[in-house]
Amino acid sequence: MKPKVLIMSGYGINCEHETAYAFEMIGGDAEVVHINDLISKKKKMSDYQIMVFPGGFSYGDDTGAGNAYANKIRNNLWKELMEFVDSGKLILGICNGFQIISELGLFSDEGKKINALLPNTNNRYTCVWVNLKHNNSKCVFTKDINELYLPIAHGEGRFYCDSATLEKLKMNNQIVFTYDENPNGSLADVAGVCDKTGRIMGMMPHPERSLYTFSQPDFHLKKEIAKRKGEKLPEINESCLKIFKNAVEFFKK
Amino acid sequence: MSSVFRIEIDSKEKSSEAGLLGKKLKELGFGVKVVGVSAVYTIKYDFSDSQIKKIGDSLHNELVHNVRINKKFNEKFDWGLELGFLPGVTDNVANTTAEIINDLFKIDIGLSKVFSSKLIFIESSSLQRKDVEKIANELINILIERFHVKSYDEYVKDGGMDYITPAVKLTEKPKVVEVDLDVNDNELAEIGKKGVLDLDTKQRRGPLALDLDYLHAIKDYFSKQGRKPTDIEIESIAQTWSEHCKHTYFSSRIDEIKEGIYSKYIKGATNKIRKELGEKDFCVSVFKDNSGGIIFNDDWIISDKAETHNSPSALDPFGGAITGIVGVNRDTLGFGMCAKPIVNKYGYCFGRPEDKSVLYRGKNKTNPSLSRKRILEGVVDGVNVGGNCSGIPTPQGFVYFDDDYRGKPLVFVGTVGLIPRKLNDGSLSYEKKALPGDNIVMIGGRVGKDGVHGATFSSEVMDEGSPATAVQIGDPITQKKLSDALVYEAREKKLYNSITDNGAGGISCSVAEMAKECGGFELDMENVPLKYPGLQPWETWISESQERMTLSVPDDKLKEFMDLMKSRGVETSVLGKFTDSGKAVVKYKGKDVLNIDMDFLHEGLPAREFDTTPYNYDVKEPKITVSDHNELFEKILGGHNVCSFEFISKQYDHEVQNNSVVKPLQGKGRVNNVATVVKPLFDSNKGVVMSNGICSRMSRISTYDMAVCAIDTAIRNAVAVGGNINHTALMDNFCWCSSNEPERLAQVKDAAKACYDYAIVYKTPFISGKDSMFNDFKGFDENGDEKKISVPPTLMISSLSVIEDIHNTTTMDLKFSDDLVYVIGSTKDECGASEFYHAFEEVGEKTPKVDAKKARKLYEKMHELHKIGIFSACSSINVGGLGITLAKMSIAGMLGMNISLENAPNNKLSVEKIMYSESASRFVVTINPSNKQEFDRQMKGFVFSEIGEVTDDRFVLRFNDKEIISSDVKKLERIYKQRFKEL
Repeated sequence: MKPKVLIMSGYGINCEHETAYAFEMIGGDAEVVHINDLISKKKKMSDYQIMVFPGGFSYGDDTGAGNAYANKIRNNLWKELMEFVDSGKLILGICNGFQIISELGLFSDEGKKINALLPNTNNRYTCVWVNLKHNNSKCVFTKDINELYLPIAHGEGRFYCDSATLEKLKMNNQIVFTYDENPNGSLADVAGVCDKTGRIMGMMPHPERSLYTFSQPDFHLKKEIAKRKGEKLPEINESCLKIFKNAVEFFKK
Repeated sequence: MSSVFRIEIDSKEKSSEAGLLGKKLKELGFGVKVVGVSAVYTIKYDFSDSQIKKIGDSLHNELVHNVRINKKFNEKFDWGLELGFLPGVTDNVANTTAEIINDLFKIDIGLSKVFSSKLIFIESSSLQRKDVEKIANELINILIERFHVKSYDEYVKDGGMDYITPAVKLTEKPKVVEVDLDVNDNELAEIGKKGVLDLDTKQRRGPLALDLDYLHAIKDYFSKQGRKPTDIEIESIAQTWSEHCKHTYFSSRIDEIKEGIYSKYIKGATNKIRKELGEKDFCVSVFKDNSGGIIFNDDWIISDKAETHNSPSALDPFGGAITGIVGVNRDTLGFGMCAKPIVNKYGYCFGRPEDKSVLYRGKNKTNPSLSRKRILEGVVDGVNVGGNCSGIPTPQGFVYFDDDYRGKPLVFVGTVGLIPRKLNDGSLSYEKKALPGDNIVMIGGRVGKDGVHGATFSSEVMDEGSPATAVQIGDPITQKKLSDALVYEAREKKLYNSITDNGAGGISCSVAEMAKECGGFELDMENVPLKYPGLQPWETWISESQERMTLSVPDDKLKEFMDLMKSRGVETSVLGKFTDSGKAVVKYKGKDVLNIDMDFLHEGLPAREFDTTPYNYDVKEPKITVSDHNELFEKILGGHNVCSFEFISKQYDHEVQNNSVVKPLQGKGRVNNVATVVKPLFDSNKGVVMSNGICSRMSRISTYDMAVCAIDTAIRNAVAVGGNINHTALMDNFCWCSSNEPERLAQVKDAAKACYDYAIVYKTPFISGKDSMFNDFKGFDENGDEKKISVPPTLMISSLSVIEDIHNTTTMDLKFSDDLVYVIGSTKDECGASEFYHAFEEVGEKTPKVDAKKARKLYEKMHELHKIGIFSACSSINVGGLGITLAKMSIAGMLGMNISLENAPNNKLSVEKIMYSESASRFVVTINPSNKQEFDRQMKGFVFSEIGEVTDDRFVLRFNDKEIISSDVKKLERIYKQRFKEL
């Protein structure tokens, strides 16, 4: 089965097209859908198998990043969302999307917020490339991934939860990514987490912005190294693409 | 009477905001502790207790926040300081909160019911009330914000801070009045300078910037009509005829140039080039739309536009900059049938932030200007919020410091757009025409008092009378919503016939301008949605409230258009109809309040004529002896216009839209780059190269050479990363001073002539441009003495180039030890206006001269060489000259160099001139030693020479075997990054 991918948009989300393109690159069937088209029932959440909350600046981060968009879902689409979750489908939140699904409490069983993404310790929007370590056997999205090189771009990405929750997340194998060099003050260097089932993942960095070698800041150096070795530089950054591939392949089984 | 609630939310942990605020206050000299910072939402509406609790729940995360509803803060502190907006200032947080509330209860609470503010709790036993007020003044801008102070005792006694709901209350009844122009010339001049006299308040309404001859023309027109003009008519004409809109200095006769310098030199160059290029002409839409457009490939067009927002940024740096960047985005949305913004660009000219001297707008040391540091921080932050929130990458930019920008900063903002050449129905995307019978539709924000007299204000010198209503805050999310709806949906369905931006002059300009396409319009003022009641009709008409576009929508598409916009959360209003009556008509309460012939409105302004007098440059070459080469080298490398501004690059998202290839920071050492490459389409390897040139210090020697160097720099920088001179367009942004002085006009004329002379040789057409003619500060210095500070005449040239394949680009970072280092182009005795002379507080006389014919050949060659991939690194030689360029390449690559300077092609210059001369049209490149023969063969006939090799970490510059500079890359990096480390 080729799963249908629902890419959420509207109210300042702004990475929907590159995220849809990431799915298209691996032959996925992605559709960008405005949240109001779900609310007005022009589109149905249940028609899709994968739901993505992309990066962006929904409501300009007013009242806290992700809060207003999460409220809109809670107030209008909560039943549909819970059915989506309960039917074993996949949800991915990237950057603002991670903030949104954290505010929706999707990492706990009962829709309770167990984590927050607070303002960076420098209290400033920061766009830099980071290396991530992956050490998780549960998350559906990250099968066969070792490490990732990709950018962060956020003002509120400092992962936080209380210490009991952190222990629980560790114990339950819910921490998916950690930063090599912590760029924002995240607790325990956490860059991404998943829910207990491994089917819902949120991460602050942007894998959809690192799909090609030429998107990476060391592209020109790599290009020159490859040339001198007489090698061909791979065009595609398979490791970041893998996240989207894993999601699609989950339904092909 | 409605109830008022205060919801206060603060972090359970000691928030980073409180910590950073404490640190900032310490830097400002206040040794205080910030105990807490609360977000405050004041809500004026009859909610039940359970409802207000639900609202509180919707505004916080209990894991990390405490929420208090109508309750006091329980910790000990000494002073409570609350900061909020003044009535009528855009409050985005409040608007979002109102949306949350409306959605939560499925109600509509209406406008001005929610107000956001910030409450700071300060601990300090020694602090007096007046000190707290001083702190407040450091944190807010009194033009747009308010503050309230309570001591702990007052706070406890009152049960908290006060419940303040700063809604706009306008008491005057809206009315339209006639203006008597049958008065003497003195009174007419007063009307022109200070505005129409309001009979109720006895105050003048603010600058019209209409000169006497213009007022006479208006007077004559209305006496022929046999009636007096209304206030709306006068205000409307003033907007349309403003310097900001009509560009009088560029369009009128200057000396022997009858058609004006814009027609002769700027447009003239483009016309000539396009004709010569014939079939190879890549221009699509130039000088007639909100942006200029060139061919990207068979299916796509790229557009470009750069604007300035200088005057607003001087008064409110954050608001000025954010409305600048979000405003120039609308020039992209308003290009053709609506292009998608794909790159933001910025350029800032500031006074030095460490310069603490105070300037006053008022006599007796009143009305102080903001400090240089606050201007810098506010402007940088404004583009941060505007660009990041809009989801548009902001990779390309510069910062340039000169003390003559301390009175008035220059804030350049630009946006590159992308649009298909043809729309779904096969029509050309860059053609548009409002048709008679089409509806005048306004989308986006509502109209308020903000931005009244923006266009006429920016046409004036900044002094004490500068109106505060010209200050605004942007709302990028409102614009993002309309932008998405247009770019991805309405344009493809072709739901409108024409579209334009509401910028200067608001709807008075956008509607009147669009109506030229069909020949008239009729609009009902009561259809314009207002932010609050009581706005005067003339204010509604000319208000520059942000985030609005005007469209012409035919009847048969109107419902679909309105439904679409509604479903995307975009407010839409039908204001009236476009007509072919030849008349501009506005109705209010059933009566015509504006009824002017379109011809008079657009063409009725009297022709101007200007004569110039040569500018007297008093310059000479200095005699300089360098005693310590290393010390001088470090001084220049760490200088304001050379050093790293990574703090800006890092806070501007340059990765969104996934189009970034050559990035703002280069190599492991993260050196600021001067050119950017993006790949706008997922399915094409074609790229867009962007750069800019600015050499305003050179205006002290020659504005002609200044312009030449800006052009060469903009092109050369683009060529250095792989740009193609055969597919490169330029934009001109003139920011001048005192343009009513014949000497200053002579300087403009010289610079414009340079634009023509060099563009036609380079075959790089101008596709869009802008001028801002009065960047002067008039006020008082610290002694209370009168002071005028004019910016140095500044021309910012932007380049935009299309390349076949982004794989053929090169960055400046050194990549391999043992690579050979070459200089291309000759170094001459041209240190005028250089960083070298500047280090000795000299300007000099010998400016760089450019041989454009030769340079053009070289640039073509460079493009070929990029294509065969022979360079491992490439940089244009830029500010600071050869030595500094070498150092930056080293830092970028975190590798060293061993260089013999005497081998650089030069005319037996002294070592310091070889190192620091800023001769144009030069590059440093490195190549793999195995490519030496091929490179030498390729470069035959060009001036070039091998000067050394790349090493591991030592950075050594020799001259005839003597070590002149001996350093290492780590040390250079430290110096390069030192200056703005704390920002």
